[in-house]
Amino acid sequence: MLLPDGTIAAGAKTRMEEEFLLEALRWMMKSRLYDQRVIALQRQGQFGVFSPGTGQEASIIGSAMAVDPSRDWMVPQYRELMATVHHGLPLEVITAQYLGKIAPARIPDGVKVLPTQVSIAAQLPQATGLAWGLRLRGEDSVVIAYIGDGGSSEGDFHEALNLAGVVAAPIVFFLQNNQWAISTSRRVQSATKSFALRAAGYGFEGVEVDGNDVIAVYDAACDAVERARSGGGPSLIEAVTYRMSFHNTTDNPARYQDPKEFEEARTRDPIERVQKYLAGLGMWNAKRDAAWTDELREENEKALTQAAGAAAPRPEDVFANVYQDPPPRVLRQRADLVDGSGG
Amino acid sequence: MPQRNIVEAINNALADEMESDPRVMLLGLDVGKLGGVFRTTSGLLERFGTDRVVDTPLAEASIIGASLGLALAGMVPVAEIQFLGFTAQGFHQLGPQLGKYRQRSRGRYHCQVTVRAPFGGGIRSPEFHSDAIEAQFVQSPGIKIVMPSNSYDAKGLLIEAIRDPDPVLYCEPDRLYRAGRSEVPDGPYTVPFGKAAVVREGQDVTLVAWSAAVELCLRAAEALAAEGVSAAVLDLRTLVPLDVETLCAQVVKTGRCVVVHEAPLSAGFGAEISATLMEEVFYDLDAPVARVAAFDVPFPAASLEDYYLPSMDRVLAAVRRTMQS
Repeated sequence: MLLPDGTIAAGAKTRMEEEFLLEALRWMMKSRLYDQRVIALQRQGQFGVFSPGTGQEASIIGSAMAVDPSRDWMVPQYRELMATVHHGLPLEVITAQYLGKIAPARIPDGVKVLPTQVSIAAQLPQATGLAWGLRLRGEDSVVIAYIGDGGSSEGDFHEALNLAGVVAAPIVFFLQNNQWAISTSRRVQSATKSFALRAAGYGFEGVEVDGNDVIAVYDAACDAVERARSGGGPSLIEAVTYRMSFHNTTDNPARYQDPKEFEEARTRDPIERVQKYLAGLGMWNAKRDAAWTDELREENEKALTQAAGAAAPRPEDVFANVYQDPPPRVLRQRADLVDGSGG
Repeated sequence: MPQRNIVEAINNALADEMESDPRVMLLGLDVGKLGGVFRTTSGLLERFGTDRVVDTPLAEASIIGASLGLALAGMVPVAEIQFLGFTAQGFHQLGPQLGKYRQRSRGRYHCQVTVRAPFGGGIRSPEFHSDAIEAQFVQSPGIKIVMPSNSYDAKGLLIEAIRDPDPVLYCEPDRLYRAGRSEVPDGPYTVPFGKAAVVREGQDVTLVAWSAAVELCLRAAEALAAEGVSAAVLDLRTLVPLDVETLCAQVVKTGRCVVVHEAPLSAGFGAEISATLMEEVFYDLDAPVARVAAFDVPFPAASLEDYYLPSMDRVLAAVRRTMQS
């Protein structure tokens, strides 16, 4: 709908009004600025291993804006940080997780977000169960679950989508095809022409969407959420995007990525096209860009400062939150670590 | 008091819990109309409906992973994996996911999930059905591991498992499912985790076992009595939590210990028992702790299983060696 040159495709109709698009832009910029800042901190040894969402902001924010934080659940992989923040997870809380904090990194009660998932695709059967259970409990909730092109090769992807189709779970599987699983290209990930096609094998709808077009992503996600909420069962959305950064802070794409492909992808930047479009409407200019950038940097910095200042883990936190009633043997090990009294 | 075999005790426990808590639901392969391949869920679909007794697709990872999600939604799922050996295809959802979820979420979420699975040899089942892999899960902290050996415990431990706020792997001794009936009360009751039971008193040696091996040990103790050896039998009931206190007190009483299990010898849970006794009561031992286990080879064809599993002869031989010290 929103083309890379910042114009709207002829005849395109969207639910996204301009003011709402401005809001989306603000979140997308916040995401990009956060990535830049924490990567710099990581290089100074002040931040954990981090997977940026750079280049994927339209997918991340467009999908998040289609769900209702007051009743819907979000199940992330790990490259959707700002989607979870949009869904109500305070930025300082998820930041604290990357700083190795324990209690300060606990998702607050009432925030309907599950923890990030590093075991790829393991979150999907869980998300299906969550959606199924919410329906059994009579709740009016939808689950949005994130996965990537690489994750779609996992057995859990297949099992989760298959079960979701069978029990007609109210869930949206949101697949960000960013073309890379670390160094493994999408071309060797699967022989399928489109990941969205796979939905047919599970008996529900799959759509492919330009994942760098926040308007198109939002519209497709809204359709899928409405279908799920009205009893129409699951959907699979493939948002075709491009990872405009590395897999994570340990990665070096220069070893495997064609720089030409990367340069081409940069011309489809999801943030720039929104800015161009809004500029055409007289709603965006360099002055506003600079002002927003300053404000967002300050917001992010506040969260970073708060997370950094939050309580550091204590040795006994090794034993925290494993069992409601820890076995005697574990209690003894804890006592031994804390004061040597465990024997 | 009503008499029930283990299948009936499990069925009765499930029915009682589903009756008293509408959040409790069953899911797994063939648990509905068929009532499970061993009939442990027989009649429950008719009684509680298709929303609460669910035949799932044939996919272990999603049976266990969906159970985790169902628990987060506020249900209390009791998943059945048709045989413990098949948990291999869902292991990552059981050990790493269920076991770590409370910790990974910094305590925001917990998983009130029970995974039931029959296991063990002695019924001539095909490949992969008999594998006694319980010790593998002991290396996955966060999961409680429950190994009932009789009808009364089967019901009480299962109700305890379903009510436990943390995930429980409940392993059912398929060889003993219908081995006989004993007293099992109507109505819910619990048997606490981490409390081993002295199922036979004795002065000379303690046989330590769990699940179907308890039955073997009781027979061995009977045979030993005829030889003038007084053998106690300790049923651990749960491997996690482990009742170190009762284990040590009992072995101190007899000064000798033989551990018996159906899993392969090396790094089996018998090694943990033996090491624990070394650390805790070494100076009270009159003989080295002995182990009788399956061999360190894969479970063989059913036609060979009697040679592979711990036998009466091997238990008796181990006790006789121990008595010589």
